[in-house]
Amino acid sequence: MTTSTTETAADRGARPAGDNRRKILEATMKRFQYQGDALIEVLHKAQELYGFLSPELLSDVAQRLRLPPSRVYGVATFYHFFSLAPQGEHTCTVCLGTACYVRGAALLLRELEELSGVKAGHTSADGRFSLLTARCLGACGLAPAAVLDGEVIGHADRSDLAVRIQSLLGRER
Amino acid sequence: MAAKTLTIDGHLVSARPGETLLAAIREAGITVPTLCHLDGLSDVGACRLCLVEIEGQRRLQPACMTMVSEGMVVHTNTPRLQSYRRQIIELLFAERNHVCAVCVASGHCELQRLAGMVGMDHVRYEYLSPNCPVDISHPRFGIDHNRCVLCTRCVRACDEIEGVHTWDVAGRGVNAHVITDLNQPWGASTTCTSCGKCQLACPTGAIFPRGVTVGERPHASERIALIVEARKQRW
Amino acid sequence: MDLHELEAIAERELAQRPRLRILHCSATGCQASGALELKRRLESLLAEMGRQTEIDVGAVGCLGLCGRGPIVRIEPSGETFEHVKPDDAAEIIAALDGHACHVARCDQNHPFFTRQLLIVRRHCGLINPDRIEDYIAVGGYRSLYHVIHEMTPTEVIQAITRSGLRGRGGAGYPTGLKWATVAKSPGERKFVICNADEGDPGAFMDRSILESDPHLVLEGMAIAAYAVGAEQGFIYVRGEYPLAIERLQKAIAQARRHGLLGTQIFESGFNFRVDIRVGAGAFVCGEETALIASIEGRRGQPRPRPPYPAESGLWGMPTLINNVETFANVTAIIENGPEWYSRIGTEKSKGTKIFALTGKIRNTGLIEVPMGITLREIVEEMGGGTPDGTPVKAVQTGGPSGGCIPASLFDTPVDYESLAAVGSIMGSGGMVVMDEHTNMVDVARFYMEFCKDESCGKCIPCRVGTVQLFNMLTKLRNRQAHPSDLSRIEELCELMRETSLCGLGQSAPNPVLSTLHYFRHEYEELIGAEGDHGS
Ligand SMILES: Cc1cc2nc3c(=O)[nH]c(=O)nc-3n(C[C@H](O)[C@H](O)[C@H](O)COP(=O)(O)O)c2cc1C
Ligand code: SF4
Ligand code: SF4
Ligand code: SF4
Ligand code: FES
Ligand code: FES
Ligand code: FES
Repeated sequence: MTTSTTETAADRGARPAGDNRRKILEATMKRFQYQGDALIEVLHKAQELYGFLSPELLSDVAQRLRLPPSRVYGVATFYHFFSLAPQGEHTCTVCLGTACYVRGAALLLRELEELSGVKAGHTSADGRFSLLTARCLGACGLAPAAVLDGEVIGHADRSDLAVRIQSLLGRER
Repeated sequence: MAAKTLTIDGHLVSARPGETLLAAIREAGITVPTLCHLDGLSDVGACRLCLVEIEGQRRLQPACMTMVSEGMVVHTNTPRLQSYRRQIIELLFAERNHVCAVCVASGHCELQRLAGMVGMDHVRYEYLSPNCPVDISHPRFGIDHNRCVLCTRCVRACDEIEGVHTWDVAGRGVNAHVITDLNQPWGASTTCTSCGKCQLACPTGAIFPRGVTVGERPHASERIALIVEARKQRW
Repeated sequence: MDLHELEAIAERELAQRPRLRILHCSATGCQASGALELKRRLESLLAEMGRQTEIDVGAVGCLGLCGRGPIVRIEPSGETFEHVKPDDAAEIIAALDGHACHVARCDQNHPFFTRQLLIVRRHCGLINPDRIEDYIAVGGYRSLYHVIHEMTPTEVIQAITRSGLRGRGGAGYPTGLKWATVAKSPGERKFVICNADEGDPGAFMDRSILESDPHLVLEGMAIAAYAVGAEQGFIYVRGEYPLAIERLQKAIAQARRHGLLGTQIFESGFNFRVDIRVGAGAFVCGEETALIASIEGRRGQPRPRPPYPAESGLWGMPTLINNVETFANVTAIIENGPEWYSRIGTEKSKGTKIFALTGKIRNTGLIEVPMGITLREIVEEMGGGTPDGTPVKAVQTGGPSGGCIPASLFDTPVDYESLAAVGSIMGSGGMVVMDEHTNMVDVARFYMEFCKDESCGKCIPCRVGTVQLFNMLTKLRNRQAHPSDLSRIEELCELMRETSLCGLGQSAPNPVLSTLHYFRHEYEELIGAEGDHGS
């Protein structure tokens, strides 16, 4: 299970030379008959394919859907899911919903910030790690919850999570 | 269809069906503060300054987006409304950096005029003092985000009248801001026709003509309505 | 597809089902606790034993006790186990054979289970959400057939009205009345939207329904579409719910293949198509006009109502918007009749409500309870109090739009009016328990931070008011507030409540106002410190 459709830099690196992402995106737009109403669906797809929404991508989508560029940008920046900058190779999303908050999620986040040297919502300078937050993953029964590279972790324990992040980052260095 | 009769602040007023309450209120010679409304543009009901009390309705309603109906009893200026309007203006002044003394629009600014109208003489809220950019990349106009109140009149003027939709709003909440194209410098915009309608529509000194000094800028928002009217007549 | 075919599918399904079954929860909670690994172990073990045809390992939906996952139920005995680890696979199989088993059993005589009344969740834990045959085997799609062939749209609306069903999305608007308005509103096309945005952080009722019984919601939507005269439906699902989206996609495809969605449903003139729209992370998109803007591909900003979506909604057409749980109640009403439904609950709040019981509580999970049950019964009996025995201080209902109800008011019955009377709301079903260690100013500040981040920014009172309130609460918490700040907070709360454009801004002050009302001393204590040497 993944909570974000963002691909990592590692995925991008592993991509074979024949890049058919543009074709897939085009097919999505075609399926919606290039209607402006489908903008959000198209942006979802674009982000899933490319990992983030670059200005070129946004401008391309605007042109194909015949929408003003400012409208596309306005929509892309309204929704938290859309990212205009690349995400780190590894991501950890800490839930800050109520159930998790009451069970100490804020503290957990602060510790992870210290450990990784990355502030919540940011990516490390070397592009290897993003620390993100979410407002409820729907796993409140397991509060506090976190998602590490797509895997939901219930009853997230500070030291356990710290070890896992360090080994993720360390092993591949 | 028959005219509608309503009571506004105790006066019997007759209004055309399909007319907004704001129009009826103004025809009755009563002034209600407005900011996001501009004659000639569609309405969004965002600034909440024109809220009025309508008897029998639990919630306050924006006059600019409420249609008149038969027998409506409306109060436009109760103490409660006065206090809310004052607070809303206070919140606006605290949001960005409105330093009237050095603003190109001083004397012609709708925000300034509204402050006087609702009797707001000091701001009790903490100034958020954000660090907002000024974009003077366009040869004829500039935008100073410090003065923007996010009324979106520029967005609507550019979209509905000029028809090119150079402006939109990006971000959300207190981080919302107006942008041109893909958040590029205005001067680099490929859609802008340099028509200046956004500048006409802007109620504050946020969008300003370049090369005009303090106090020279004529307040010209009414011209948007004139343009719309002129077009209708031509067709 | 006709009724006979439907019955045939059901019979075939029941006939080929092995007597011995191991059903494991496959919803998000248990997946995060390792349910998939457990399933693999069970399957490989059975294969080794050569018993894979004799014993069926099946995925089912959420059983409710999500805090103790993975949960496993075995049939025919009905025994349920909790915290089942992959290594327990052999023991579970032993239990199936009637041998001793040391895996912890859920105590099904515990009030957590016995106090529940399952209407919406009646199939949860019994059927595999990925298989339409399972749904048909428990009677699925019979209500839709009945409605299309034996009831007029008006009769359907009358049934819903008589049942007393009210919207489960928070506000409790009478569902029948809403359907009637959409049915009456003129429009060349009409739409039905299922609101599955479930924005309240700390709540997961809708997610669980969609992950456990997606066809129940689809059937409810189809019945609604028949009643109001719509041919197109949308389900707007939170992007944070990938599993729910996947299951819905599958369910829609299966229903179409069986002729239960699409054109000429049950060989009638009724057509109904359903599409999914995935949210992109904006709480405000749960608000109906913002949700519509989002489906139209725009920024999710609300617009003033009237006109209500029932008159002018998606693309300006009459649009019915109901919550997931609201739709999930529909088939039960059609099956058992409105009179049966209206006998459940209180005078003005009928039926059941699902709550996500979380926070400082021993038994976390999902409960479906009849309206009118008291908070005390839920928190103390069902929830079993706090894990470490610390006294419960308050329970929060309604999320960022709701309020905190102190323990002294726990005899309040759970219904729309009673919860509103104590300064909270029914909300969509989040119920967060707080103990004596929870600081209420912190709680208020937490919710205000949420509202500040989620404000769409369109109207001034909410856009700037949430920031100002958040800053004032922060100052307060840091003991830097001035005594006059308290009245300023109250004044700003009133402004936002009365003048904000949409429900987000209008109800954002609720957590502050309710904690100020019941726990004012906690606010005053923080001021006292500064007031002493500050002035
Ligand atoms: C800020 C805000 C968020 C909302 N979020 C949701 C939500 O997540 N799910 C929901 O069903 N209704 C939500 N609502 C209520 C909807 O606007 C709408 O009233 C509801 O979907 C109607 O369905 P019902 O009548 O079945 O309750 C929200 C309202 C507001 C103001
Ligand atoms: S100058 Fe005209 S075209 Fe350019 S942004 Fe302003 S209104 Fe739009
Ligand atoms: S730039 Fe001017 S017209 Fe545009 S939103 Fe800001 S204040 Fe309004
Ligand atoms: S109340 Fe808040 S969320 Fe609602 S329209 Fe106003 S700014 Fe947007
Ligand atoms: S509050 Fe964290 S998963 Fe719901
Ligand atoms: S003028 Fe009516 S809300 Fe702004
Ligand atoms: S997720 Fe498994 S019991 Fe709820």
